[in-house]
Amino acid sequence: MSVLADRIKEIIKPENLVYAKSPVLNDDIMHYCPGCSHGVVHRLIAEVIDEMGIQDQTIGVSPVGCSVFAYKYIDIDWQEAAHGRAPAVATGIKRVLPDKYVFSYQGDGDLAAIGTAETFHAVNRGENIVMIFINNAIYGMTGGQMAPTTLVGQITSTTPYGRNVDLNGYPLKITELLAQLPGAAYVTRQSVQNPAAVRKAKKAIRKAFEVQALKKGTAFVEVVSTCSSGWKLNPVDSNKWMEENMFPQYPLGDLKDSSRADADLYRIKG
Amino acid sequence: MAKVRGAVIVDTEVCKGCNLCVVACPTQTLALNRNVNNKGYHYSYMENPENCTGCTNCSAVCPDSCITVYRAKIE
Repeated sequence: MSVLADRIKEIIKPENLVYAKSPVLNDDIMHYCPGCSHGVVHRLIAEVIDEMGIQDQTIGVSPVGCSVFAYKYIDIDWQEAAHGRAPAVATGIKRVLPDKYVFSYQGDGDLAAIGTAETFHAVNRGENIVMIFINNAIYGMTGGQMAPTTLVGQITSTTPYGRNVDLNGYPLKITELLAQLPGAAYVTRQSVQNPAAVRKAKKAIRKAFEVQALKKGTAFVEVVSTCSSGWKLNPVDSNKWMEENMFPQYPLGDLKDSSRADADLYRIKG
Repeated sequence: MAKVRGAVIVDTEVCKGCNLCVVACPTQTLALNRNVNNKGYHYSYMENPENCTGCTNCSAVCPDSCITVYRAKIE
């Protein structure tokens, strides 16, 4: 045992360090439930900001929802927005401070339900902001109520017999809708359930910030996430449930990768 | 041939015992400890430290950024 302990001591040296917590993250312990995808996405944003060296130039807009306390964990400038209005607030910040990197961080109850109007019009205006969208198909913070993104048949606290199309309508695929808007530059859907997916999601978030630097239009990154408390599953089973049920409805991949549409396409003739 | 060996340090007070790193570990290095931390979570630890290759899969999936990874080539 002591041989093993010596060997481990030999490995644990500063020059052998391959991964440590990002310096952009605070030391505060996150309030999220065990296994929550929010923690992973927070870390990815912090790592991207650290790698691009833009910690002092980034302004985040946090939503209402579980991630309302995002400002406690990522050490950048933050602004809190009213429920669903993060894209509108981010628009204002970006227009006053065009050289800063501005991003909104929203859940599905915030972005796809109460903030649908702000979301659509911010993307339609082609605002040079990044929008990070955490889609876990449920209202996590308030106790697992049905969201517009809830799957048909999914049991939530307000649909105890499963979501019924006649009563509650269909799951809202907001990312597909936004990809059709001419103002969108980069629209993608990612997930963070295993190491490979996490690395892909990090590349997507990095690309979104680079799109903003090039002033190409709105960059929109959806992250299909879990809510183990709301789904009443443990974190590992939540990931399995997400792979089996969420991915067929919300397929991963890039939906749009270009730049904001040319205004001449929409100009009146004559 | 030089072997690549790794080691991880888990911040046991930050760990919430979500088990995602244990599932993500390709070499069965990690497991949840029988003991609990101050918050009552079974924190993750290196059960089989000789297996670790320092692949950083555990730190990639950790939602609480509580894993630090070291890797070295041992002759």
